Amino acid sequence: MLKLIINGRQVTAKNGMTVLQAAQEAGIYIPTLCADPDLEPHGGCRLCIVEVEGMRDMPTACTTTVSDGMVVNTETEAVNKARRTVIDLLISDHPMDCLTCVKNQRCELQEVAAYLGITERHLPMTITERPVDDSNPFFTLDHNYCILCQRCTRTCDEVTVVNAVEIINRGYDSKVSTFGDKPLMESICKSCGECVVRCPVAALVPKNNIIPTSEVETTCPYCGVGCMMHLGIRDDKIISVKGSRNSQANNGRLCVKGRYGIADFVHHPQRLTEPLIRKNNVLQEANWDEALDIVTEKLSGYSCDQIAVIASAKCTNEENYIVQKFARTVLGTNNIDHCARL
Amino acid sequence: MLTVAHLEGSVQSNFKKQLDSILLNFKQDRGNLIPILQQVQHELGYLPGEAMQAIADFLHLSSSTVYSVSTFYTQFKLVPSGRNVVRVCRGTACHVRGSASLLRDIERRLGIKPGETTADREHSLETVACIGACALAPVMIINDDVYGRMTTTDAGKALGNYRANKETEMKP
Amino acid sequence: MKTENNFNPPEQVLNATDRPRIVVGTATCGRASGAMKVLKTIGDELKRHDIDADVTEVGCIGLCFAEPLVDIIKPGKPRITYGELTPQKISSLIEDYLINDNPRPDLALGTIGEGSIEGIPRLFEIPVLRSQVRITLRHCGHIDPEKINDYISVGGYKGLEKVLTEMTPQQVIDEVRTSGLRGRGGAGFPTATKWQFCYNAPGNQKYIICNADEGDPGAFMDRSMIEGDPHAVIEGIAIAAYAIGASEGYIYIRAEYPLAVKRVLFAIKEAEAKGFLDENILGSDFSFHLHVKEGAGAFVCGEETALMASIEGKRGMPRPRPPFPAQSGLWGKPTNINNVKTLATVPIIIDRGGKWYSQFGTEKSRGTSIFALTGKITYMGLVEVPLGITLHDIIHDIGGGVPNGKKLKAVQTGGPSGGCLPANMANLPVDYEELARAGSIMGSGGMVVMDEDTCMVDVARFFISFTRSESCGKCVPCRLGTKQMLDILENICSGKGKPGDLELLEDLAQSIKVSSLCGLGQTAPNPVLTTLRYFREEYEEHLKYHHCRAVVCKELVTYSIIGEKCPGCGLCVRECPVGAITFIGKKKPVILDETKCTRCGACYSICRLGAVEIK
Repeated sequence: MLKLIINGRQVTAKNGMTVLQAAQEAGIYIPTLCADPDLEPHGGCRLCIVEVEGMRDMPTACTTTVSDGMVVNTETEAVNKARRTVIDLLISDHPMDCLTCVKNQRCELQEVAAYLGITERHLPMTITERPVDDSNPFFTLDHNYCILCQRCTRTCDEVTVVNAVEIINRGYDSKVSTFGDKPLMESICKSCGECVVRCPVAALVPKNNIIPTSEVETTCPYCGVGCMMHLGIRDDKIISVKGSRNSQANNGRLCVKGRYGIADFVHHPQRLTEPLIRKNNVLQEANWDEALDIVTEKLSGYSCDQIAVIASAKCTNEENYIVQKFARTVLGTNNIDHCARL
Repeated sequence: MLTVAHLEGSVQSNFKKQLDSILLNFKQDRGNLIPILQQVQHELGYLPGEAMQAIADFLHLSSSTVYSVSTFYTQFKLVPSGRNVVRVCRGTACHVRGSASLLRDIERRLGIKPGETTADREHSLETVACIGACALAPVMIINDDVYGRMTTTDAGKALGNYRANKETEMKP
Repeated sequence: MKTENNFNPPEQVLNATDRPRIVVGTATCGRASGAMKVLKTIGDELKRHDIDADVTEVGCIGLCFAEPLVDIIKPGKPRITYGELTPQKISSLIEDYLINDNPRPDLALGTIGEGSIEGIPRLFEIPVLRSQVRITLRHCGHIDPEKINDYISVGGYKGLEKVLTEMTPQQVIDEVRTSGLRGRGGAGFPTATKWQFCYNAPGNQKYIICNADEGDPGAFMDRSMIEGDPHAVIEGIAIAAYAIGASEGYIYIRAEYPLAVKRVLFAIKEAEAKGFLDENILGSDFSFHLHVKEGAGAFVCGEETALMASIEGKRGMPRPRPPFPAQSGLWGKPTNINNVKTLATVPIIIDRGGKWYSQFGTEKSRGTSIFALTGKITYMGLVEVPLGITLHDIIHDIGGGVPNGKKLKAVQTGGPSGGCLPANMANLPVDYEELARAGSIMGSGGMVVMDEDTCMVDVARFFISFTRSESCGKCVPCRLGTKQMLDILENICSGKGKPGDLELLEDLAQSIKVSSLCGLGQTAPNPVLTTLRYFREEYEEHLKYHHCRAVVCKELVTYSIIGEKCPGCGLCVRECPVGAITFIGKKKPVILDETKCTRCGACYSICRLGAVEIK
């Protein structure tokens, strides 16, 4: 453990921590737009600059590691003046339609601007109409709102290792795009939405933006990885999905199926919610006791090796384990397979 | 706007061989990305989409990553240039000695802006940050020939020598 | 002392043997001035007259204003340098001098070496060269850069041999510390301290990088150095590698310098063949491999961390420091990066001693520095001067002052990261501290002279336009700040400036300076801040009166025809792309319609009679 002083307060931090992490852990707010706990430090937005005694320039808290006896000031006039210029520059190149923006009240740019007391625009608008990539069925990429923090491209590189989105061109002409500057749906993008989750503004937003009234934590039913997720509920319907950090299996991450495929699947009118039994050539709803009775009765008419079991990828690993145990010890067959192998 | 140009059908079969023989000289190491792009552009004159994709596969990178690097550096051309590449040096020494009006004049004569190619694919116009021949400012380069101490009138004359079809008159 | 410090090369390279020797400068400047045609003519003429002579190609001696340059050395005669040659002039010169023994003083610039020739001054006593102290450039223009034996014959690779046989790495670092050598790439960080950091850093694999990504528009010192004396650079790199413990090295060089790339690649091959590079150099345990990486056109790659990203095959985006390259550089390994000129100076420091080198220059800025003197100056070229010399001495004594009777207005040093200093600061000594105090920087050595025809607001716009397009885009202040500053400057230059613009510009510039990620952004505002500081009245004239005193800002000037001077020849009528000029008959002045005029300047440049006036 190291001891340092932030804004006159003694703070302890672990070796290797950044100044930003140490401050956050001590409950000291330092504004930032490009830092993300899952991503490598970037140092691009320049909002987390601080003053460190004995250091020449103003370093960024997100890229500076703590050292014992370090004296940090996060709120000096010089620091805040530079931060205000950064926000002035960002909002001069960003639409001013907060009230009707889907990210209103959830926008990190708005939050930082408010923190710095910015109530008016000081610089001429530089923004011109930029194209919107609407090709993806689950989310929209609107370059007008993009502040080029690169959280999306870094996520696509460091978290998902797909590298579908990258920064193309350079300087003021930089933009988030794909190979050949093609729409997302024509790229190698897997639509996992990890970038959408990390976008601080309204550049990458889900197409469905209704806010849930309650949340339920559960395990994703799509495969055996066992990702934990928070289902957002409103009016007894699942309307959103968020990865849960409570599970080591996914640590907050989800894939396209889990993130965007749950609500449609769960609420689909054709989804089977009760067992069906064919009576007089018509499938009819039944209860589990009836269904299991029929299965028991029919299975007992076959010898062990005449039976094969195919397990489902939509079961959890634990459920699949039970299925193979059941096949081997109860049914007495080794004819067991799994649909994910096909 | 930068997008990706694709190879014309006629060169496609030869292209694969050409590319493979270039890649043969390189290890599959990310550090070789820029040298490979330079070599491919040297051979083909530009970086077609197919080449960037093949280089990405060779280096186990995503195609977007290769595209991202290609669009960062001004050396890389994503579309074929004209038969004659006219480059006007915009270094400080050249600027102080009138390269801004030289450039304006060439833009006017060719009817294109820097980064563009004439409709007949005869000329491409580019600016270059500095070629380091500052003592000869202002400097213009056509293909590999360096022209120093240029005036707008001299530039017009020089340009005229690089037209395949001398019949069509250059704008005065 | 001066002549001694100009290091006249030893006999075997300088003098003719039993037959005449012709030396042609074929660096980029020379080529652009027609050196290759002159070279071809020499070959043809020698053949035609059946003269047996050696022809050698050399790099640039720095007298760019007089290119193409040819030296002729006849047996028993001093070497004569001739300038501004053409194929016609060289063929008559060959006939006159080699056959008829007339040295043609009218074409000669000067003589080098022992002896003299009537009517021709000694080259190193002509004003351009007299005040120079050519240490780093001592071989340029004298030896054949494509012959390693030329370099060896003038004492080349003696420094490397010395460190490998007599010195420990720490002793090498200490020797460089004694010399007081500071980084010649711009910031002026003490070279020995930098090496020490890397030497002290733990790790088996270390790298050395030679930064030859000379991106400053208006600078060509590194190009000339590599084209003229590539082995000095290679030797310097090898010595530095030994000092810090690097086994691999890179020269990162601009692709815009094809000749320099070609020459350095060739030089590396020669050095490898002679055992100055690769395994067990000169029989020692020291092995070092040197590679060349070509840049791909990005100014920001001159920044250390961006340069390393580029070598790693990535976009040239800088990253915050610390960690410094000495701790975690190329591929995460300890790395040392020095500029071409810094490294090229190392061999002579080792050879003659750090103490010897430290006698030149000032207390804090030791040694000499190379400047590319260009712009509105009579003798453009490459000059090497002891640090501490005044701007006035460089501009007037060496550069011959501003031509055409115009007045000096400003000197720009340090390229897009530097600033414009006004004429009344000409007595400023040129060293790291003094230039920084004045708001500029030493930079890598570009020095652009500006006269009264230069608009300082336009110069600021020019530099910001450059940094805007070269900004990598990673950090907000540089990406958006340079765009905002450029917009404001363009408004001012086109008469659309608003009250408060100058204060806004100043405010933005200060914030960008302190909050940008890398050196590019941190120094990008310098041209704006210095012009605002020293030429504020020019800004105010543009802003308040829509007046550009240098008649440069196109939207603020008007074109008119001076009736008395115009004979109505009609040339401009044909030249005008928008039909703004009307022909009304021979011997009658043409009429210019101001409402149609786009101020392109075509009429002005075509008119030989000065009948077009710009106000």
